[in-house]
Amino acid sequence: MSSIVNILLQGVLLGALYALFAMGQSLVFGVMRLTNTAHGDFIVLLVFVLFVLTNLAHMPLWAAVPMLIGIAFCAGYALQYTVLNRVSGRDPLPSLVVTFGLSIVIQNVLQEVFSADPRALATGGFESMSISLPGGIALGLLPILTLAVTVAATLGLQWLFGRTPLGRVFRATSDDREIVQLMGVSPRRTFALAMGIAFVLIALAATLYAMRTAVSPSDGPALLLYAFEAVIIGGMGSFWGTFLGGIALGVAQQIGFYIDPGWGIWLGHVLFLALLTIRPQGLLPKTA
Amino acid sequence: MSNHMNVSERHFEIRRATRASRVAVLVLLIVAVLVASFPYWAGRDTLRDFTQIAAYLVFAMMWNLLAGYGGMVSIGQQAYFGIGGYAMLILANYGGLSPFVAVPVAGAIAALVAVPVSLVAFRLEGGYFAIGTWVIAEVFRLTVANLSWLGGGSGTSLTALQDVPRSLRESLTLWLALAIVVAAIGLLYVFLRSKRGLALTAMRDNAVAANSQGVDVKRARFGVYLVSSGGAALAGGLYFVSNLRISPDAAFSVNWTAFAIFIVMIGGLGTLEGPIIGTLIFFLLNKFLSDFGTWYLIGLGTLAIVVTMFFPQGLWGYVSRRFGLQLFPVGRRVVFLDSGSRVLSARKESADPQHAAH
Repeated sequence: MSSIVNILLQGVLLGALYALFAMGQSLVFGVMRLTNTAHGDFIVLLVFVLFVLTNLAHMPLWAAVPMLIGIAFCAGYALQYTVLNRVSGRDPLPSLVVTFGLSIVIQNVLQEVFSADPRALATGGFESMSISLPGGIALGLLPILTLAVTVAATLGLQWLFGRTPLGRVFRATSDDREIVQLMGVSPRRTFALAMGIAFVLIALAATLYAMRTAVSPSDGPALLLYAFEAVIIGGMGSFWGTFLGGIALGVAQQIGFYIDPGWGIWLGHVLFLALLTIRPQGLLPKTA
Repeated sequence: MSNHMNVSERHFEIRRATRASRVAVLVLLIVAVLVASFPYWAGRDTLRDFTQIAAYLVFAMMWNLLAGYGGMVSIGQQAYFGIGGYAMLILANYGGLSPFVAVPVAGAIAALVAVPVSLVAFRLEGGYFAIGTWVIAEVFRLTVANLSWLGGGSGTSLTALQDVPRSLRESLTLWLALAIVVAAIGLLYVFLRSKRGLALTAMRDNAVAANSQGVDVKRARFGVYLVSSGGAALAGGLYFVSNLRISPDAAFSVNWTAFAIFIVMIGGLGTLEGPIIGTLIFFLLNKFLSDFGTWYLIGLGTLAIVVTMFFPQGLWGYVSRRFGLQLFPVGRRVVFLDSGSRVLSARKESADPQHAAH
């Protein structure tokens, strides 16, 4: 019994990280209908930027993370404004090819500069601290922090989209990028801003991911697939849906890992395909 | 296209072939005969190179059929490349079938597998379809990696060819490669010139408009998906007959699709000529620059980005527009006979209006 509870709890905590991976993707899907196939590689890239800040520039983590967030916002804004805006039209092909090309470039540049070895971030032992629950269940502090950050990010995005003028511009641009121009909105700048915010979320995900495990330059595609699955399972256009999608994926993988380590990832993918077949609109589709 | 003129006073005729296309067919036939004679005079490396080129070319042509004509951009076609390889190996190693016969059978098996897969994949559209197919390919890769009787993650060898002398094996592989290439180019060319091919071209240019003209877009897409999956499996089966060793990471690698995308975008999307030219360029780059490892791949990725952003019609699209060349004309032209030099061309493809040169 307690092992079942343990699997579920660990699955939820793993899923929270996947949900955080997926938040930026969900935002980008929602605002500009852009399929960013380099999403996972951006996470890995920011992990290595953080690694450079802490290990090579010897910055303390509390200073490096805000700096990473700043860098990420600017990088995301610039990338969308200069490159991706040119290819995000109705035809999905150009944006797919360009982001896929970016994915290959990022992976190989990282491999050239840092070699293929996995890199870990020093957190002073924080990643191994845990609290004990009755029944022999131990919950890591880092996964709990991840869950808290993911919930905060979900609440923040939901508020941003539902309650602020910027969120209204995002929603309107998503609905019709031609009409918003009549209202004085520049879709180019709106998209760039959305990508900047998505990159801030990617920076948060990268930080928590790097604290959890060693990261190697070729990890990106796997992260992209988890993020994508969380978005689709949850239903497009809903951040709480994405949150639930991540949790569902994490639980499925954890159950799979428990049965046989070789089938963990497999079970996550199969759950995604099964849900896609029986509930293609996702768990929490946007009703508006 | 009814014509109100009396047949006896017709002043025009409908032509399909161009001078370039006649030359191209002739050149291709000569090349095919030349390649077929390789085993009698060329070195082993040449035979192996051609087999590799053939696998890349057929796989890229099938990706082009799917994305360029069917409008379905997939990052998951490596699923069928791997299925082709593994199905061929199982049929040959365990079923006692000759690997050279097993390759086309593997193609048919992959097309059958594509039927249930399409039910899941077609729930997604556009970019979501692209990544969804990638997930499906990963499911196949992880499944095979967990099957110990297939060698698991470290893979297995094609033992069925052990008793065949090496030179005979290499010759047969080459002829198989040639047969697959000729069949793929020939069948696609004939198909694209047919009524259904015209429907597909119309769909490529505008799916909604094609639908309103009576093209059953859903059925056409389903058919294209099956054909391109079976074709991708032919390429995979061929590649691993030549390679003799297979592993899940090699067979289901996303790099296959990455290379196909590169080849098609460089050569020209939605044309028959594009993948052929793209494959030749890719193969030359691969031959001379792949020693540079990561820098080579960085270069390929950058080139794909630049071409997509600034030359979306690809190399062949540019040449075809600039010089009015068509090696595989699938449309028709109206040629007026009375006014001597005046030639008006009205091609049925809307993508690149061509001006006949003579």
